[in-house]
Amino acid sequence: MQIPYTVELRSDTGLFNAKLGVWLFLASEVMLFGALFSSYVLLRVGAEHWPHGWEELNIPLATLNTVVLISSSVTMVMSWASLKLNNFKKYKMYMGLTILCALIFLVVKAFEYGHKFEIGHLPGTSTFLAIYFTLTGLHGLHVIGGIILNGYLWGPGSKMWQSAPDRFTNRVEVAGLYWHFVDLVWIFLFPVLYLL
Amino acid sequence: MDQHVATAPHVGEAHAHHEELGFLRKYVFSIDHKVIGLQYGITALLFLFFGFTLMMLMRWQLAHPNHPIPAMYFIVPIAIIGVVVLLISKFKPSLSMLVGVLFLGLAALVSYLTSGDDRMPGGIMLPEFYNQLGAMHGTIMVFLGVVPLAVGAFGNYVVPLQIGAPDMAFPKLNAVSYWSYFVGGVVMLVSFFVPGGAANSGWTSYSPLANVATTGQTYWLVGMVFLITSSLLGSVNFIVTIIQLRAKGMTFMRLPFFVWAQFVTSFLLLLAFPPLEAAGILQLMDRLAGTSFFLPSGLVVAGQPLQVSGGGHPILWQHLFWFLAHPEVYVLILPAMGILGEVIANNTRKPLWGYKSLVYAVIFLGFMSFIVWAHHMFLTGMGTVISAFFQTTTMIISIPSIIILTALIISLWGGSIRFTPPMLFALAFLPMFGIGGLTGLPLGLAPTDIHLHDTYYVIGHFHYVVAPGTLFALFAGIYYWYPKVTGRKLSDMMGKIHFWGSFVSINFVFLPMFIQGFAGVSRRLSDGAQQYAHAQNMLPWNEVMSIGAWVLGAFQVVFIVNFFWSLKRGESVGDNPWQATTLEWSAAPTPPPHGNFTKTPEVYRGPYEYSVPGKSRDFTPQNEAD
Repeated sequence: MQIPYTVELRSDTGLFNAKLGVWLFLASEVMLFGALFSSYVLLRVGAEHWPHGWEELNIPLATLNTVVLISSSVTMVMSWASLKLNNFKKYKMYMGLTILCALIFLVVKAFEYGHKFEIGHLPGTSTFLAIYFTLTGLHGLHVIGGIILNGYLWGPGSKMWQSAPDRFTNRVEVAGLYWHFVDLVWIFLFPVLYLL
Repeated sequence: MDQHVATAPHVGEAHAHHEELGFLRKYVFSIDHKVIGLQYGITALLFLFFGFTLMMLMRWQLAHPNHPIPAMYFIVPIAIIGVVVLLISKFKPSLSMLVGVLFLGLAALVSYLTSGDDRMPGGIMLPEFYNQLGAMHGTIMVFLGVVPLAVGAFGNYVVPLQIGAPDMAFPKLNAVSYWSYFVGGVVMLVSFFVPGGAANSGWTSYSPLANVATTGQTYWLVGMVFLITSSLLGSVNFIVTIIQLRAKGMTFMRLPFFVWAQFVTSFLLLLAFPPLEAAGILQLMDRLAGTSFFLPSGLVVAGQPLQVSGGGHPILWQHLFWFLAHPEVYVLILPAMGILGEVIANNTRKPLWGYKSLVYAVIFLGFMSFIVWAHHMFLTGMGTVISAFFQTTTMIISIPSIIILTALIISLWGGSIRFTPPMLFALAFLPMFGIGGLTGLPLGLAPTDIHLHDTYYVIGHFHYVVAPGTLFALFAGIYYWYPKVTGRKLSDMMGKIHFWGSFVSINFVFLPMFIQGFAGVSRRLSDGAQQYAHAQNMLPWNEVMSIGAWVLGAFQVVFIVNFFWSLKRGESVGDNPWQATTLEWSAAPTPPPHGNFTKTPEVYRGPYEYSVPGKSRDFTPQNEAD
């Protein structure tokens, strides 16, 4: 038994299954983060006192992280484009860079968290810190998920390039869509939490 | 789950040209949508029975508050059902044997629940335990019973067959979806054994009550995360399958109505569940990390000010919760309406009346269901402007519901109706769901809701929608598709006994709730409102309802026996015993093999071409060329 349209496109929809699937998954993720952002708005407008992000958080580190994450999105696209151009070596390099950027992001984030814990700023300290830790923590989990996914495609999963190159390229494309979404969430988180 | 018996009659031929898989791959970690559908179905039916048992305990308490509850009246019948199913199985390893053993396990679980000094000291139920039963009855029925049966079981089994697909688009994800549901269910069951027992803040888990509740609430939240993951994977899978894997010629307007219903349902699950997941994450943070998303400043619990930072909003939880839970109502009802469409068209031998209006109504209903949630919250003081908005959208959403119900009723007109058991359940659905729907209108209007809010009227309303509504439709579906799954029909005789008994008794359970509700009897009272003067002349109804519930339970035993007896003794049938037009009957063998079709079907016509003039037969299958 063969499931149709795993690699080839269905003519009337122009899609292969996984691409549609990941878009739907991302729609669901939008609702997840959308609900949390809405909660942020409601908590903030209802609060008697709400600190400005820059008073509590470290903007230079977050700016660095923003640059790192946007770069990783670029390298992600490059890795997929390399596969399209049949250049597996370049794919390995760009995918490796993507994973490296993600790891740098987490290390920087760990320094930020560590500093907060040191000075006794915990999730229970204030509602601002509560939503900060919840949103960035959940985003961090998504980054870790992305590292695992991309790590698989970089390492053991890349064997598929030999047996089914089209299918492998599709996998990288789908993983890329997810990774851009993770990037995009941070693009919203950064101004909302740090700058406003 | 083992499904040995179900496929036994044809298993040889069906799997002849496939490599034989081991037992685990074939029945436990299967990636075949049909096996997964059956796993969902059996698990969900068992959870429905367990949720029903919890309700029976509550109803006994309400009829005789503060009197010892005879635990043996619960344990012994369940154990007897287990033994009967085991006897039917003749103790050979099979589905029947597994379910028989599970019933014995259930009897043990109930004997645990009905003992213990922190639950029922001396057989007298503590209010704290009553709260656990209430919360878990709702949770189990909605999230572990009805939705997995309606979507997980029927959707999984029937949708790929009806659209002419070999399987779901992502078979492995499908299996992960089932096992995630299974783990979620296990977490919920385990929560009965932790200190303080299971979640006890209602199925709605309102904050701040749920924030300060016992450990069971944490288990509830973790269990919900698994269930939400399961439904996320399932709904992505359904939508992709329906869009991508339709057979040649199966255009959207040729989809059976059941597929349309599942399609819209999947979108609701996909987009409405994440906000509850967000809410669950926030409540988990509140409970474990000391945040106060839902805790206002200066909250006093049991005379002590709560040591939290404060600044949170209890109403925020309600908004996030109902943003899921209102679409969830339509998740409960849409697949049921889809089943109705199939059963009614088949048993009236004529096309569904207004197929297109049914489809558009379902789409519109799905869209509207996202903007009515706050009609559950008129009494939170959110203001008259917001109330007016949500009251208006609520009145608007009743329009597509009425279109659907009307189209289904008109479909009966002039048909030569076959009164088969599935059709009886479908026919009963129409007035019962009508009562459920119409009694919702006073709740959707803010002024009348002030009186009726949180009374038994509300319970009566949504139970009419879900119990004699959705559940009857699900029974119709079981009677209708059982022959396709097993190659045998359920006994008509037992089916009719099951139907008439359930139909009469279920009204004794839920109709008095309206009376009590009008009189102002509040829900969630562990003594059935005995402490209130205004409820005194309403108390006899408690006994009526409880007796009704026991009679209802007794008639479900007929169904259980029928289910397992017919696996072996039911009338053996061919591929299309109901003379139906849709692909699962006309193109797939009985039971369908792995891959579903011996030859890929092609579709030439709409789903309900019954009694077409000039044809020799009164049905023209979708895959029949002109």
